[in-house]
Amino acid sequence: MTADAHTDPLHRYTPLQASDEPYAEDVLAGLRADAAQIIAKYPQKRSALLPMLHLIQSVDGYVTGRGVDLCAEMLDLTRAEVSGVATFYTQYKRHPNGEYTVGVCTNTLCAIMGGDQIFDEVSEHLGIGHDETTPDGKITLERVECNAACDFAPVVMANWEFFDNQTPETTKKMVDDLRSGVPVAPTRGASRVCSFKQVSRMLAGFEDGLADEGVGAGHASLEGLRLAKEQGWTAPAADASTDGEAEETTRDAEPETGEAHSSARASGTDTPSGTDKEKDA
Amino acid sequence: MSTQLTPILTKFWDHPTSWTLETYEANGGYAGLRKALQTDQSDLVQMAKDSGLRGRGGAGFPTGLKWSFLPPPDGGPRYLVVNADEAEPGTCKDIPLLLAAPQFLIEGMIITSFAIGSNHAFIYLRGEVAHVHRRVQRAIAEAYAAGYLGQDILGTGFDLDITLHSGAGAYICGEETALLDSLEGRRGQPRLKPPFPAVAGLYARPTVVNNVESIASIAPIAANGADWFAGMGTEKSQGFGIFSLSGHVTRPGQYEAPLGITLRELLDMAGGIRAGHQLKFWTPGGSSTPIFTDQHLDVPLDFESVAAEGSMLGTRALQIFDETTSVVRAVSRWTDFYAHESCGKCTPCREGTFWLKQIMHRLEAGRGSQDDIDKLVDICDNILGRAFCALGDGATSPITSAVQYFREEFEAGMHTPASELFPPERSVLFAKETQPA
Repeated sequence: MTADAHTDPLHRYTPLQASDEPYAEDVLAGLRADAAQIIAKYPQKRSALLPMLHLIQSVDGYVTGRGVDLCAEMLDLTRAEVSGVATFYTQYKRHPNGEYTVGVCTNTLCAIMGGDQIFDEVSEHLGIGHDETTPDGKITLERVECNAACDFAPVVMANWEFFDNQTPETTKKMVDDLRSGVPVAPTRGASRVCSFKQVSRMLAGFEDGLADEGVGAGHASLEGLRLAKEQGWTAPAADASTDGEAEETTRDAEPETGEAHSSARASGTDTPSGTDKEKDA
Repeated sequence: MSTQLTPILTKFWDHPTSWTLETYEANGGYAGLRKALQTDQSDLVQMAKDSGLRGRGGAGFPTGLKWSFLPPPDGGPRYLVVNADEAEPGTCKDIPLLLAAPQFLIEGMIITSFAIGSNHAFIYLRGEVAHVHRRVQRAIAEAYAAGYLGQDILGTGFDLDITLHSGAGAYICGEETALLDSLEGRRGQPRLKPPFPAVAGLYARPTVVNNVESIASIAPIAANGADWFAGMGTEKSQGFGIFSLSGHVTRPGQYEAPLGITLRELLDMAGGIRAGHQLKFWTPGGSSTPIFTDQHLDVPLDFESVAAEGSMLGTRALQIFDETTSVVRAVSRWTDFYAHESCGKCTPCREGTFWLKQIMHRLEAGRGSQDDIDKLVDICDNILGRAFCALGDGATSPITSAVQYFREEFEAGMHTPASELFPPERSVLFAKETQPA
């Protein structure tokens, strides 16, 4: 009821004053240049807001007041409009985040397959609960919703890289390694987990050159394919249907070979082909 | 076993560099685009219709029909937006597809954009999958470098840019109009329909919003013909789809098969329920589709047959639970999810999921009251069909179906905690190596 009540931070970990400190000039110039690149990708600049908030997090580690100000200024929005968006999405942090966000899936399937137990044990191991950060600033622990990897349950995410088929032991070792600076490789992802700020920059649309690292598919993703190969199962061939289709689907007088995969090298194109070899997968 | 798997989108996922353009072209990639660019736009829309392809994102709306709803060109921009916000609990097909073979989507997008007359397409990809972003970024860059994107594509005069847009953690953005609001830089809340996106979508311009797997399927359809696709599956649910098995099965994973395959067949392929256990309940298409039990093992997994049994094919996300699982605990956690992800825009969903959650929590704790089951069903009745979008409907599905098939477990929730009836450690996949702390 006193004026003092209004000076408390919104969250006990939020040093609101940090938001008021202006960006260093070179940092600000970099942010503006990056934001301009993001804005250029869209027909209307407001669309740049979500990636720009990722960009703010790549510099500040969370969505700061000064970051909100910058987005508002560059996109001709009010601070309230920007804050309204920033507070809607769970990936935008409203207080300083750890260097690594470790999210244990506790949606139904993962929870029952062991996610609940993993969360409880890791929480006790680290001494922090949901949305809390270790005192060394390394790990922010979260319960996360379904991350589209249910065939690898129980799943844990570290800075949004997949750690499949986890147990309490594997996840505890993972957080220990992350805290002590040992490189940690996800099951499916880059060869090591990047920092929260690095991943935020990549999500803002700036490639980090790691796309070729890691596997194409994990073992569960390949179960059906493996079985099909064992059994000699393939999709039906196209031949039977394409002959009848040829005139319907081809406007120009281009010769049809009737062979779907080898046909239709459109004339006069600059195809980078060199990959004419048909390959039996 | 009558039904066989049909690896098409999954065909070369085991290649050591499955995600590159080179691998994709070596497997027939971009043959469909070359054909399509020589085809009349209206014929391409007709091809999509003739193929019988229905939306692979859950609702099953005919893809070609959706395209045909766009008004005639008026000289202004039209957009294709791909929904890659895969987040429905249990659904895990688009993310591995984009990780392993993102060029299917890029080729499908170019063909679709050409068909509908769009020169700027967007991929709305959920933010919580870092490596998938890298792979899609790379796929787009490779397609530009190869002349498949940009100006004057393959010398045809057709221009197309693709923008990859990162979400930031909100299930509701998988709803197509919430997705559009989010893509416009707003809170992701659904819009009142009509107008539908085909008429007033992104920036109030005509827009097609399609799921990743739908658009990816367009590439092989363009290469092999509508009849090829329509020849698979059932009469009204044509073609193939990726079936995702998860939970208490011996070999969970992705199984690409014609629509109409049964869970019994899929379980045979996946090595059955984990050793020593029996099937108790499962979802045919994610948590928003009413649950099935062991009575439904032989239901053909196509749109009509699943609907006739009171559920929905959804996203073919088959979450399998054995007899160690408390259905009350499972439903309670799904209810937490819907309450957490409700965007708050409409009252039935915002308030209803809040109250459903309170009741499910006390039933799970064995502290339910006599009228709690009736109250659950009554609240569900007041949400279903009255919410702004399908999230509210989805929240009711697990509850009403679980009460229908397992009412006695809800009754037990009036006196006994779920954790006593079904000790959670019996359900976990890492067995006895550890005990809860």
